[in-house]
Amino acid sequence: MSSDFQRQLPTGRNIQQDGWLYKVHLDPMLLTLVCLVLGFGLMVLYSAAGDQAGLFDAQVRRVLAAMAVLVIAAQLPPGVYLRWAPFVYVLGLLLLVLVLLVGIKVKGSQRWLEIPGLLRFQPSELMKIAVPMALAWYLQQRVLPPSPKHVFYSLVIIALPAVAIAAQPDLGTSILVAGAGLAVLLLAGLSWRYLVYASVMIAAAAPLLWQFALQGYQRQRIITLFDPDRDPLGAGWNIMQSTTAIGSGGVFGKGLLQGTQSHLDFLPEARTDFIIAVVGEELGLVGVIFLLLLYLCIIARGLVLAVSAQSTFARLFAGALTLTFFIYLFVNIAMVSGLLPVVGVPLPLVSYGGTSIITLMASFGIIMSMRTHKAW
Amino acid sequence: MAVALAIKDPNREKALIQRRAISFFMLTVLCVGVLVARFVQLQIFDHESYQSRSDKNRIQVQPLAPPRGLIFDTNGVLLADNRPSSALGIVVERVDEIDVVIAQLRDVIALSDDQVERFREAQKRTRRPGAAVIIADNLSDRDIAALAVNRHRISGVEVITQLQRYYPEGAIAAHAVGSVRRMTERDLQEQDKAVYRASQFIGKRGVEAYYEQVLRGQPGFQRVETDAHGRIRKVIDIEPPTLGQNLTLYLDARLQQAAVEALGARRGAIVALDPKTGGVLALVSKPSYDPNQFIIGMSDSEFRKLSESVYVPLFNRATNGQYAPGSIFKPIVGLAGIASGAMQWDTEIDDRGSFRLPGGEREYRDWSWTIDNAGGQGLVDLRRAIYRSSNVYFYDVASRLDVGYLSELAADFGLGKNLAVDISEASRGLVPDAEWKLGTKGEKWYQGDSVNMGIGQGDLLVTPLQVATYAAMLANRGKIVRPQMAQVRDRDRGNEIYPTQSSQFARLTHDDWVNTIAAMEDVVHLGGQGFRGNGTAWAYIGQDISYRMAGKSGTAQVVEIRQGEEYNEEELSEFRRKHAWFMAFAPVDDPQIAIAVLVENGGGGSSVAAPVARKVLDSYLDSP
Repeated sequence: MSSDFQRQLPTGRNIQQDGWLYKVHLDPMLLTLVCLVLGFGLMVLYSAAGDQAGLFDAQVRRVLAAMAVLVIAAQLPPGVYLRWAPFVYVLGLLLLVLVLLVGIKVKGSQRWLEIPGLLRFQPSELMKIAVPMALAWYLQQRVLPPSPKHVFYSLVIIALPAVAIAAQPDLGTSILVAGAGLAVLLLAGLSWRYLVYASVMIAAAAPLLWQFALQGYQRQRIITLFDPDRDPLGAGWNIMQSTTAIGSGGVFGKGLLQGTQSHLDFLPEARTDFIIAVVGEELGLVGVIFLLLLYLCIIARGLVLAVSAQSTFARLFAGALTLTFFIYLFVNIAMVSGLLPVVGVPLPLVSYGGTSIITLMASFGIIMSMRTHKAW
Repeated sequence: MAVALAIKDPNREKALIQRRAISFFMLTVLCVGVLVARFVQLQIFDHESYQSRSDKNRIQVQPLAPPRGLIFDTNGVLLADNRPSSALGIVVERVDEIDVVIAQLRDVIALSDDQVERFREAQKRTRRPGAAVIIADNLSDRDIAALAVNRHRISGVEVITQLQRYYPEGAIAAHAVGSVRRMTERDLQEQDKAVYRASQFIGKRGVEAYYEQVLRGQPGFQRVETDAHGRIRKVIDIEPPTLGQNLTLYLDARLQQAAVEALGARRGAIVALDPKTGGVLALVSKPSYDPNQFIIGMSDSEFRKLSESVYVPLFNRATNGQYAPGSIFKPIVGLAGIASGAMQWDTEIDDRGSFRLPGGEREYRDWSWTIDNAGGQGLVDLRRAIYRSSNVYFYDVASRLDVGYLSELAADFGLGKNLAVDISEASRGLVPDAEWKLGTKGEKWYQGDSVNMGIGQGDLLVTPLQVATYAAMLANRGKIVRPQMAQVRDRDRGNEIYPTQSSQFARLTHDDWVNTIAAMEDVVHLGGQGFRGNGTAWAYIGQDISYRMAGKSGTAQVVEIRQGEEYNEEELSEFRRKHAWFMAFAPVDDPQIAIAVLVENGGGGSSVAAPVARKVLDSYLDSP
């Protein structure tokens, strides 16, 4: 235990000083930040829901349920996660295969499994946690940084679910899952050079990927990114309307409930994937920067908790989950503001919808668990 | 080294992860910095252009159609009204799959293939972006309700309610009032687009066409906030349209109705004028059509039935039907004879039923001619020649008359030209003269041509409107009137005043007019004179009449009858039978109404057309 490190990070306080919340394994600072974002999100959603007040109530219920999931996830000690990691991963992989075989198609993608009358869920969502967990489990047994052989096996562990999810097709989740896995590898000391090599290889293979790997609509989305005016009523519509919403918001925004782009239905998916455009339109640059700062604080706190955790597994796992959260928000905001092609990734903790919030809150529970439980 | 690496060192690993976490955090800050930069670009540097783009999105300027001026008859009866009508439009830009939307609409309301076809045509035409393309007109309340219920299911469609022309009198006044028609691509090119941007209809016939600029008004505008589906959420500001001016006609709806009934099922035309003003009191052309059909829309087969009928219901016989006048032309011939000095009122000739030009072969017959040569009117002067309608007398006059006098006098009565103030499309008819014949036929004028013209045959052509005007001028004892539909003061119109300098009327004395009218009074009222002594129309209309009427009948040949043949009506096909004419005015002392009646292929003027005229005059003069 390096006491030097604790002095370097002023936020890293002594476990004993953190009061009763710590006894139930919750980190007050991270919890506060998460609640601030959730509150901010509900406020924006209240506006975006417009006359459909039922949407807002439904989201409040989901947030409360997700909060419960966070608390439960925080109670499980890291050892439980470590022991279950390989099984959860294999189970997740089997479920993904099952999805491809007997999944339910919604809007052209086969993402859901259903036990009729009982529940309906996306196994890919589970993989956002299961992949970093499995990799952390795999790498904590190895010497770090991992040798090329272990890097290779790690890549296999990442690739299997990522490909299965991409085949649904669900490129957004696939990117998040692969990103979560790569985060573990990089935290574990994988040389940055590999990242450079990989980037060069992907760039070199881009024409081939363009031809064979991408679906027609995905190609269209990339074309649109560079030239949204090309098909303003078709593929370019979403991105033109979202940048218009953001740009017209200006510094201080049009005011909550005053956004014309969102309230007059020009902005598509205003409550779900494109909700940051509502923030930009109604609350302006000020609102966007406020949210980004909150996000940055969550990431900082998450990383602090991760590095001060008790074991390599815990550090890798918690760190990767924090970084997944970052990938989430970056991909979403970059996409809505026209920096990245459109992929289906919601804005974490803010977008309407239950699945992603529950997964994210489980992640935060796990991050807290990794730090608050005594050595095991 | 390899050995050293193989040993797990928790502290080293922790330090490694720490370093990496710090690197990652810096990367995170960098990425968030990129995002912030992007938002700064969008929200500060490009703010204005996105602001205007956002406004353009939601704010639309919509033209507001001006309500068209109403048209009333002289007693305030509504002849052209505006009624709200709902149309279904599709905002093509807001629809992904037109076919899907049409299929969805077909589940809700009835759409014919015809309508869908027309919609597809309209879709190709240029229009304002975001403007709805009409697919169905005149939605019923049921349709509107059904669409409202299903509105959430079908995006990109809207119900547009606009005022639409409605003609309460329908077919009765169709040719008198005229009608509006749906604007075509060509109309839009020819007209001021700014004025018609909100209009779907334009006056195409009759009064509606002539007074288009008065009736149409000026469009207004409203700025509205619309949502992405093109639905109006709120009106930001509004500049109301300028209403079209109302128009009052001289037309008397009751008289119009009476005229339609008097003509009954026969084909023909009636024009009644107020001789003092020239105001058109009634204008009937039968068969007619219901102008509302053109507004509501009709199927191709319905339209074909109207446009291809051999009875041409869309054709306005009253203003554009050109017929030989026959004997109703005779008073003009008589007056031309007097004016030219060719004869006097008391000049008598012996009418033996036929006439030959000196040294001529051809025999010109009287209407009373029989094959055994027992016809003729005996000794006739001009008055008797008029009330007995002696052909031979007018053959003789015409043969001794320079055709120039005749055609000039005919022109003074408005024949061969369009005297109407506000019926621009009225036909001019034809008054032939030597110059015309040389120019058109390349032949010189023969005396025989004059002889034919003497009884209103030959190349002479007149319209019922012209005949009514001619009757009105007789009623006025030579005072010129110009027919007009609307009660609008002349200075508002700025038309040129009819030139009267070269008028042949100047050569006529008051007595000439009085004598002519007296002869025409005899046509109706002179009875009990025995064989070949009564006015030609007396037996049909003159026996129980309560007011004094002056009239003249005419029976115009449609086909020429060859020498030595007898006209046999039974043998002729429907369209080759003679046209029946009657012109009249009444009361003689203080003329209130002048009328022309034409019954196409009706037969005798006195027997067929005169009773029709009598009914119309009765209805006008007897009404309280």
